[in-house]
Amino acid sequence: MGMNIVEKIMARSSGRSVVRPGDLVVVKVETAVLTDMAFIADHSDKLKLPKTLHDPDKVIIINDHITPPKDLATAEGVLRSRTFALKTGVRFHDIGANQGICHQVLADHAYALPGTVLVCGDSHSCSSGALNCCARGLGTTDILYTFCTGQTWFKVGETVRYEFTGELQKGVSAKDVFLYIAGKYGDHVNCNIEFGGPAADSFSLDARRTLSTMAAEVSVEFAVWEPNAQLAEYVKARNHRPFQMTYPDPDAAYLDVRAIELRPIEPYVALPDKVINNTVPVSQLGEKIKVDQCCVGSCANSTLEDLEAVAEILKGRKIADRVRFLVTPGSQLVYREAAKRGIINILIEAGCLLTPPTCGVCAGLNNGVLAGEEVCITATTRNFKGRMGSNSAKIYLGSPAVIAASAVTGHITDPRGFLEVNSK
Amino acid sequence: MKITGRVWKFEANINTDVIMPGFTQLLPPAERPQHAFSPNRPGWTKLVQIGDIIVADKNFGTGSSRPAARVLKDLGIGCLLAESINGLFFRNCVNEPFHALEVVGVIDAFQEGDVAEVDFDKATVTNTRTGQVLQGQVWPEALLKILNAGGIMSLLESEGLLGDDYI
Ligand code: SF4
Repeated sequence: MGMNIVEKIMARSSGRSVVRPGDLVVVKVETAVLTDMAFIADHSDKLKLPKTLHDPDKVIIINDHITPPKDLATAEGVLRSRTFALKTGVRFHDIGANQGICHQVLADHAYALPGTVLVCGDSHSCSSGALNCCARGLGTTDILYTFCTGQTWFKVGETVRYEFTGELQKGVSAKDVFLYIAGKYGDHVNCNIEFGGPAADSFSLDARRTLSTMAAEVSVEFAVWEPNAQLAEYVKARNHRPFQMTYPDPDAAYLDVRAIELRPIEPYVALPDKVINNTVPVSQLGEKIKVDQCCVGSCANSTLEDLEAVAEILKGRKIADRVRFLVTPGSQLVYREAAKRGIINILIEAGCLLTPPTCGVCAGLNNGVLAGEEVCITATTRNFKGRMGSNSAKIYLGSPAVIAASAVTGHITDPRGFLEVNSK
Repeated sequence: MKITGRVWKFEANINTDVIMPGFTQLLPPAERPQHAFSPNRPGWTKLVQIGDIIVADKNFGTGSSRPAARVLKDLGIGCLLAESINGLFFRNCVNEPFHALEVVGVIDAFQEGDVAEVDFDKATVTNTRTGQVLQGQVWPEALLKILNAGGIMSLLESEGLLGDDYI
């Protein structure tokens, strides 16, 4: 019996010929990442860090969660992160030309290498599965262990494979596909996801990242895509390290193989407070849901493609009165490119507020905090109670197109109508 | 190791944003536990006594990598028993260390206020009211090693790998 992608990468990284679900493997880590958050969270009273790094070339520090700092405590945290990065000489992304949200930065520079293991101190690290990388979010202390030893452990889970066929309707995107899957299949605790199938090539790297990133919300371990030739070119142009594109064996075993026909999928939203088994098509919402704040951003939806989708709807339109629309480009690189293409101008003309390329609104840490009873629709990762501020605020999740359409009308809106008008 | 405590029950898919609300990440560790579950169970932490046990349905601890296991440990929770535990949260339990077991059937076997007796090494759980005994998943040897070392930071420290030269 053959192996699927995750099992093959686990086998290669642990020096075994075969790995099966249930095995506890110790693996070599190719890339280990911490964000600024690690330097404030948990250790603020007695920060202990590795004396020496196992391999500084494999370590990256990215300031994104609490950068730029909003108060003295976060400023001290960011300073510690800076000092650590500069003293150890590791790759470092601080405010400047290459700053951004960690998972976007890992994709911008192809730091996440196909066929390797990446660990990062943020829970959405499965994001780099879009680059055919076995990437996993771990706690800070777990990452410090890897910094010291170059290794980590995994208990290998079963894998569910999603096979895409057909074509998405205009106005429907990877976020909708995810919300459809989360509504229909629920959680994937202790399992991996493998994405592939005849229509997999219709998903760009940006779209793949949305799906892999959001997979954290169905509690996945790894969320890996089958690679393709475009990916190999993309990585080679940005990272000179060797990598190994990893495909599943034809006789690989899966817990389940699920065919997803793309055509019938509509724009979806997740209703407030939880994602799993809590999503509906916008067309079935029934009542008009008025919104106070709209956001597009986070490691799931701040790519160039996401900003383009927003601009396509906002071009020549204005945001509704009394609605606030906050947009976060995922990185300075994305920001620059969007500016070059005129996207940023369209957003500003329509009335958007552009925020720095950080976690910002997504985690309610340093901007866009919601007051009691306010309603927000957001293309970010989580709608958990209290995440963006007040416990009584309501957070709906949707795609960038749904958010943009909702910002124009002032209530949660299916974007397909707007796009039809545009094409006439 | 044996742990005995009064049971509090929680539903499926409890996320780390309710265990450890976002703003508490910026508070000193000692001030975090009092806010545990404040979004969905305000006032609960005042009722908790040292050694109490959490019994939860599937996928406990889904969400972010924040040190939410440490918050429960610091609150005085003696053990977590869940139908299943989110993979990332479970690793944080190992690393703190915080006693946590996956025990299929536990959610139906206990009512809130029951007393659970846990034999952690054997992963057996007894309801003292009903006498029902459940078998959970024993931790693998490699993870018990981290537990017995007092958590991952203590393990690294005992091997001389940590310093504080950077602050
Ligand atoms: S953007 Fe949000 S989900 Fe992504 S890493 Fe930042 S806080 Fe986490």
